[in-house]
Amino acid sequence: MSNELSGRVAVVTGGGSGIGAASAALLAAAGAAVIVADLSEGSKETQVGRFVTHDVASEEAWQSLLADILEREGRLDIMVNNAGISGGPGNPETTTVENWQNVQAINSEGVFLGCKYAIQGMKHLGAGKTQSSGSIVNISSIAGLVGGAGPTAYTASKGAVRLLSKSVALYCAEQKYGIRCNSVHPGGVDTAIFNPLWQAVGRDQGKAFLGARHPIGRMAEPQDLGELVLWLASDRSSFVTGAEFTSDGGITAGLQRRSLLGPS
Amino acid sequence: MARLENKVVLLSGGASGIGAATAQMVVREGGKAVLADRDEAKGQALAAELGASAHFVPLDVVHEESWQAAVAATVEKFGALHGLLNAAGVGVRNSIEDCTLAEYRRVNDINSLGTFLGCKHAIPAMKGSGGGSIVNISSVLGLRGASYAMAYCASKGAVRTLTKNVALHCAQQKYNIRCNSVHPGYIDTPMIAPRLDSNVGNMSGRQALEELHPLGRLGQADEVAHMILFLLSDESTFSTGSEFVCDGGLTA
Ligand SMILES: NC(=O)c1ccc[n+]([C@@H]2O[C@H](COP(=O)([O-])OP(=O)(O)OC[C@H]3O[C@@H](n4cnc5c(N)ncnc54)[C@H](O)[C@@H]3O)[C@@H](O)[C@H]2O)c1
Ligand SMILES: NC(=O)c1ccc[n+]([C@@H]2O[C@H](COP(=O)([O-])OP(=O)(O)OC[C@H]3O[C@@H](n4cnc5c(N)ncnc54)[C@H](O)[C@@H]3O)[C@@H](O)[C@H]2O)c1
Repeated sequence: MSNELSGRVAVVTGGGSGIGAASAALLAAAGAAVIVADLSEGSKETQVGRFVTHDVASEEAWQSLLADILEREGRLDIMVNNAGISGGPGNPETTTVENWQNVQAINSEGVFLGCKYAIQGMKHLGAGKTQSSGSIVNISSIAGLVGGAGPTAYTASKGAVRLLSKSVALYCAEQKYGIRCNSVHPGGVDTAIFNPLWQAVGRDQGKAFLGARHPIGRMAEPQDLGELVLWLASDRSSFVTGAEFTSDGGITAGLQRRSLLGPS
Repeated sequence: MARLENKVVLLSGGASGIGAATAQMVVREGGKAVLADRDEAKGQALAAELGASAHFVPLDVVHEESWQAAVAATVEKFGALHGLLNAAGVGVRNSIEDCTLAEYRRVNDINSLGTFLGCKHAIPAMKGSGGGSIVNISSVLGLRGASYAMAYCASKGAVRTLTKNVALHCAQQKYNIRCNSVHPGYIDTPMIAPRLDSNVGNMSGRQALEELHPLGRLGQADEVAHMILFLLSDESTFSTGSEFVCDGGLTA
């Protein structure tokens, strides 16, 4: 299994940290050439593949990223649209239009652009690629499934990603592109996205507090999600498209309060 | 007793289609209807036809000040706000390959930002009126994907989860404000008129859409309005954060 992705080229947006970094590491370990596209380079120990400075909200950035990859790597097979922000606290009464637009620009428009340019890249033939094919993995959230798992603007942005992934999947299937597209819905994952909480209550206490909200009794580690991303990126999931993959320790399975952070 | 006796309802998109049908029903059931729309001519005409229990205010849902003015005008005219229907929306056909960033943003601004702003500014007025009910129109395309409606799917998926977030917030705060989403199938309104007229293979657009639905026909605006009326009324006081499907079996 260790070389199942050899010869494949993968992009991971937001790959400098958290879920993206874990996904990039696992894709690289499976033999893929990985391009980490992030605002700034992560810590040197966690780094894999080739780093490209990239802002997912900028269409020009996507144009130059794609041109650069087709010139250097010559093909594109896997796109992990993972970059995202929480946007900070905000409920339906306190969320400003500016905050809303900021969050949509990265979490929703960023994924839209990521899919659009991924398809262009995946249709490109060359460097041993004779047929268009590929796998797009969009990181939504349980906030794209339930209402109490994040701030208002974030919740809307993740609902958008959930449905746009299905539209992309069906479109690519109809066009016979051989490109699949699925969404991933993590619960609480121990990443930098929780830094504000760690700063407020301490990391150990924060992790215990969030862990207790998951039926499984703990938060996810980034690798838990990386394994799911790897499976969706690989040919092992070749019949899977337009589907939703929840990895949340059971938080959305039952009748318990589905609030991750408690009253907003 | 009439089902919406003395309830004041603000309806975005109230000039046409589902919003207009609901406005008529609100008035018929004893409520006050404030039709808010960017189509002033149609909105004014319908409000005039509905008489003293109806009023028109111009509204562009993507502008926060416009919402503030519409809510203020509602409270000024009828003294309270108990119901909000977010029905303003645009149906746009595009795929992931042909949709531009500008078009993605335009569709999401009207359908999703516009719905958020309606909720945001209705909440304080409803709090001041002893509580209320918000109904957001999503779509079957907020539940299932369609290759030809990428930006629309995204916007309606956003409305679906936004609705739950608003519902839980209001419940936590004990505002006595409920919020639910309605998911219509294809409804015979001006929004889908272009599709009805264009042919699909040897079928008319209308036939093709009719055949999609297990009930074998399109929905009527009144059929969706009946569901909205239930949600606006006190018949549904234990329902919040939920998805109400009205689609002739389409998603079954
Ligand atoms: N951590 C969780 O509990 C959790 C739960 C559900 C969903 N998610 C989602 O998972 C994804 C990854 O989050 P994470 O938890 O690993 O967070 P993280 O903060 O550790 O990593 C996010 C990365 O995205 C990058 N990024 C932010 N804006 C960007 C932009 N405009 N262009 C390019 N890169 C950008 C950041 O620099 C960072 O490296 C996000 O979409 C997030 O919403 C996280
Ligand atoms: N007709 C269908 O098949 C169908 C199916 C599912 C969901 N829906 C949804 O139902 C809602 C109502 O649609 P309809 O079928 O009655 O369509 P419609 O076109 O008859 O009515 C929509 C109304 O919204 C108004 N509007 C559009 N943009 C606006 C803006 N920026 N500010 C203020 N008003 C604006 C229009 O002027 C129009 O009066 C929409 O959200 C639509 O997406 C319709």
